[in-house]
Amino acid sequence: MKQLMQLARADIGESLRARWFLVYTIVFGGVMVGLFASGLTESRIMGFTGLSRLLVTYLQITMAILPIFMLITTVRSVVGDREAGVFEYILALPVSIGAWYWGKLAGRFLVVFLPVFGAMLVAVIWGLIRGVGIPWFQVLFYTGLLASLAWCFLGIGMLISTLSRSTDVAQGAAFMTWLFLLLFLDLILLGALIQEGLPAESAVAIALVNPLQAFRTASMLLFDPQLVLLGPSAYVILDNFGYKGYLTFAMSYPIIVGLCSASLGFWIFKRGDYS
Amino acid sequence: MIRFENLQKSFRKTHVLKGLDLEIARGDRIALVGSNGAGKTTMIRCLLGEYTHEGIVTVNGLDPRTHRTEVLGRIGFVPQLPPPLKLGVGPLINFAAELCGSDPARMIAIAEQLGLNIAELKGRPFVKLSGGEKQKLLIGIALGRDSDLLVMDEPAANLDPVARQVFFGLLAERRDNVSMIISSHRLDEVASLVNRVVELDRGRIVLNDHVDDRLDMASVLDCVIDLAAANPAFANAIGAWDFAEEKDGARWRGKVAGPDRLRFLGMLSRYAAVLQGIEMKERDNEQVV
Repeated sequence: MKQLMQLARADIGESLRARWFLVYTIVFGGVMVGLFASGLTESRIMGFTGLSRLLVTYLQITMAILPIFMLITTVRSVVGDREAGVFEYILALPVSIGAWYWGKLAGRFLVVFLPVFGAMLVAVIWGLIRGVGIPWFQVLFYTGLLASLAWCFLGIGMLISTLSRSTDVAQGAAFMTWLFLLLFLDLILLGALIQEGLPAESAVAIALVNPLQAFRTASMLLFDPQLVLLGPSAYVILDNFGYKGYLTFAMSYPIIVGLCSASLGFWIFKRGDYS
Repeated sequence: MIRFENLQKSFRKTHVLKGLDLEIARGDRIALVGSNGAGKTTMIRCLLGEYTHEGIVTVNGLDPRTHRTEVLGRIGFVPQLPPPLKLGVGPLINFAAELCGSDPARMIAIAEQLGLNIAELKGRPFVKLSGGEKQKLLIGIALGRDSDLLVMDEPAANLDPVARQVFFGLLAERRDNVSMIISSHRLDEVASLVNRVVELDRGRIVLNDHVDDRLDMASVLDCVIDLAAANPAFANAIGAWDFAEEKDGARWRGKVAGPDRLRFLGMLSRYAAVLQGIEMKERDNEQVV
């Protein structure tokens, strides 16, 4: 555990100095500033106003950019370090492979989650200063959902990174993964499949397997408990899971996907050449 | 202490190591030489547990892959190419010291002996240091910890003459207690540091011999070089050895680390036509070489 903490700290130190982190922080900070500047909190669209409206919009934007950011930055970590010769040195130090791998994962998770969470925090502080009502349950649940989504794509990124032979291949694979999952959002391919007569249960099953869709549906569920926005497939979800059941699923499923992916990546890495 | 038995390593269809058998005892200082692609780095990486392989590699009876922390806890390593770490110099030293169970002050002391100003560089990312600074810091980290084995890949390649001299002295202090594997393309670069030579060629050991090691690694030679006339090219070359100019460039005076004498003579041989006199005296016993 001590080694794991040391390696997590080292990875945080590396990441904070990296250019990608600067861009990443600017993007999420910029999104929040943009939302404030656009006067979104004053608008009333579909019955939502104030901080709820802001958070819903922020989450929708985050869903689009967080996974690809996570994938692109994480997939470089194993294969990129191997190519650059970092492993030859770091893994010649007396460190266990498990501590190195999971320490890196933990450090990276903190680094990528903090700016996202920081932006949420800014919104809450702004709300408190302006005397706007804070939807605490939404804030906490959205934070959990974001953490879950970040962890999921971190795990997938680590798996892609351990499987790839070069950074170029890893980045290509990361982009394809993101595109594939994005296509299976209900707005795109899933919508097309339903139009072609795919049974509702199959469509919902595909949607549930997709962590992006699980995240999106859960974020909708918070402000639309009947999932009216989702259409008929809402019945399948609510009948099978219920309100709380689905929220629990949406929070835990991406964590499990991330953990399984990261564990598989670790197993593959441990069996192969490190440098 | 270290045993390689029928060590084989392939990358897809390329057989890099083709059945190496080698035993290294405590106190052995080995020059691992061979041309590019001979298998030196692969052999070192197998020893450090970084590669899967066929055959057996053990350090004190332990497999480096399955007993990583025990084995690597006693090995100091200096890579040929410094890793592009963005970590700051201070955090890197602390990180390595914590992992190795050493005191960061020991590592800093050695790096400073080599001429590195750690206080000045502490906040700078490692990757932003010059080649020589990186090498000095990595040597500081490797020598600033307890170890039974030093594995060094071209360790002195980026060092200036003064730092080389200090480095040789530091190795001399450890020669009785620590085994060393020093990898190099050229034997003359490391010949004076070692008591054994192992040469690899296309994945096989083609030479495994002991060499005379009476040379004192910490020795220093006072040198005076006389030229027939001043020569700009020679001035440039000897300047890299920190020699001082006399008689308008016709005489050069300086000192050379004992283990560097062969390398120095190699450099002088390029200017044989303009050389008029060479005097090299070892400081301790005044013996003319």
